[in-house]
Amino acid sequence: MSIFPIYWMFVVATRSSDAMGQIPPPLTPGGNLPGNIENLFANPDAYFLTGMLNSAIVAGTVTVSVVLFSSLAGFAFAKLRFKGSNALLLVIIATMMVPTQLGVIPLYMLMTQLDWNDRLAAVIVPALVTGFGVFLMRQYASQAVSTELIEAARVDGCSTLRIYWSVVLPALRPAAAVLGLLTFMTMWNDFLWPYAVLNDPENPTVQLSLRALSNGYYNDMSQVFTGTALATLPLLIVFIIFGRQIIGGIMEGAVKA
Amino acid sequence: MWLARLDTKASPYLYIAPFFVIFAIFGAYPLGYTFWVSLHDWDLLAADHPFVGFDNYSKLLGDGDFWNSVLNTLGIFVISTVPQLLLALWLAHLLNRQLRARTSFRMSILIPNITSTAAVAIVFGQLFSREFGMINWALDLIGIDAIDWRNNKIGSWVAISTMVDWRWTGYNALIFLAAMQSIPKDLYESAAIDGANPVRQFWSITVPMLRPTIIFCVIISTIGGLQLFTEPLLFNSGPNPIRGGPLRESQTMTMYMFENAFAPHFNFGYGSAIAWMLFALIVVISLINVLVIRRLGNSTRKEG
Repeated sequence: MSIFPIYWMFVVATRSSDAMGQIPPPLTPGGNLPGNIENLFANPDAYFLTGMLNSAIVAGTVTVSVVLFSSLAGFAFAKLRFKGSNALLLVIIATMMVPTQLGVIPLYMLMTQLDWNDRLAAVIVPALVTGFGVFLMRQYASQAVSTELIEAARVDGCSTLRIYWSVVLPALRPAAAVLGLLTFMTMWNDFLWPYAVLNDPENPTVQLSLRALSNGYYNDMSQVFTGTALATLPLLIVFIIFGRQIIGGIMEGAVKA
Repeated sequence: MWLARLDTKASPYLYIAPFFVIFAIFGAYPLGYTFWVSLHDWDLLAADHPFVGFDNYSKLLGDGDFWNSVLNTLGIFVISTVPQLLLALWLAHLLNRQLRARTSFRMSILIPNITSTAAVAIVFGQLFSREFGMINWALDLIGIDAIDWRNNKIGSWVAISTMVDWRWTGYNALIFLAAMQSIPKDLYESAAIDGANPVRQFWSITVPMLRPTIIFCVIISTIGGLQLFTEPLLFNSGPNPIRGGPLRESQTMTMYMFENAFAPHFNFGYGSAIAWMLFALIVVISLINVLVIRRLGNSTRKEG
C-alpha cells in the first residue's frame, strides 16, 4: 500500500500518455522514458531544469547553514556556561510550537521591502537556522561530547571556536547527518512559502515546476509523472542510502521530545 | 590571557546569536506584525491603510465563505487524523514484534513521508480522477458507480484525507514504535502470567504507557492538519484552484487566507485576520484533544 503510488508514478513516467486512459491500468514499465524526459525539459511552461537547479541551490545552502549554526548553538547550550542559557533554550523550544503560516503575509511584505521577491534569497535566508535544529543538536551534544576532552583542550590553550571545530563537530557527526538529511528533504519538498514568494514562472523551485506542469489546460500526464518521478528520485536515492540513520533520528528525536 | 577570558565569556552568545537574529527578523516580527496588520484595512494597491480595529474580525464572523473553509478544514482534519493515528498505532504494534526484515519494513512505511506533498497530490489527483482514475475503476469492479471526487464535498474531503493519511501514517507509526520499545518487557510478562490476552495487554499496558507520545502525535497532527494547503490546492486544478473547486468544495482556511491576502484580492488586513483565527482554532482544538486523551487514558487505567 505504501509503495504502490510511487511505483505507479514510475510506471506512468516510462509510458506514453495513452497509459492513463487504458482499462485495466498498465502495471509494468514501458519504453517511453527518454521521450518523456525530452518533452519535459522542452516544456515551455515548466522551467523544469531551472526548478531542479534552484531547489538544489536552496536545499544545499540551507542544509550546510542549518547544520553549522545549529551545532554551534547546540554546543553552546550543552557544554558552555553562560547567564540566561536556560531561559534562552526555553524560548527556542517555544518557537518550535508556532505555526509557520501565521507569518506568511508579513513575511511577504518584508520580502517586498527588501526587494527579495522572486529571488531565492527569500526562501533561503529565513531558513538558515531552525529551533528544531538547535534543540536536536543540544540534546545530542549533552550526551555525545565529552566534557573532559573539552577541558583538556582548553588547558592546552584552544579557543572555543577551535574546540568546536576539532572536538565537538566530529563527535556530533551522526546527529549532524540526520539533521542535514531532514533539512534537505524539507527544503526540497517545500511548497507553500515558495508558492507565495516566488511568483516569476521562469524562476521556480522544482515543486513549483511540478505545479505548473500539472495545472496546464492540456496535460500530458506521462510527462507530468516523469516530472514528479525525477523530482522524487534524488530523495529516494538519499533515503535508500541513509534510511537507517533517518529512521533512527526520527525515532530518537520523538522519544526525547 | 584577557583574550581567552573574553572568548569563554562572549563566545556562547556569539554561537547562539544566528538563531535569535534570524528568528527575530523572520519569525517573531512577522508574527506580531500579522496581528497589527489585521487591525487595518490594508489593501495592497491603496495608498494608505486606515486603522479599523476589529472590523476585519467581525466581518469574518459574518462571512459564509470563511465558515465554509472552517467546516472543510475541520471535516478533512477529522476524517484524516482519526484513522491515521489508529492505523499508525496498529502498524507500530505489528512492527514491535520480532519480525524478519524489520528494517526494510520500517523503510517502506516511511517512503511516503519523504515524497513531496506536491508529487503526492499530483499522483493521487490522477488516481482519484473521474474518467480514468484507478479508484473509480476499482469501485466499478465491485459494482459501485463512478464518483466525481472533485465536485462532491465529501468526496473531495475523502480524497484529500487519503493523501494526508498516505503521507503521514508511517511517520506516526515510527514514533509510536520508538515509544513502545521503551516500555519494560516484564510488564507484559507479569500481565501474561495474570492471564491477560494480547488484546487486553494492548489496551491496558501499551495504550496507557504511550499516552504522552499519543498526545505529542495528536498535537503535531492538529497543527499540520489544520494548516492543510498544498494537498487541496494541487488537487484542484484549472483557472481558480485557490477556491478549492467551483463551489469551494475543498477550500481550507489557509487557502481562504491566500485567496484574500494574495491574488486575486490582495487584502492583507483581512488575510491576517484569517491567519489569527486559524491560530486560535489550532490552540482550541489542541487543548480539547489533550483533555480528551487525558480522560481516555484515565478511564482505561481505572478499568485495568
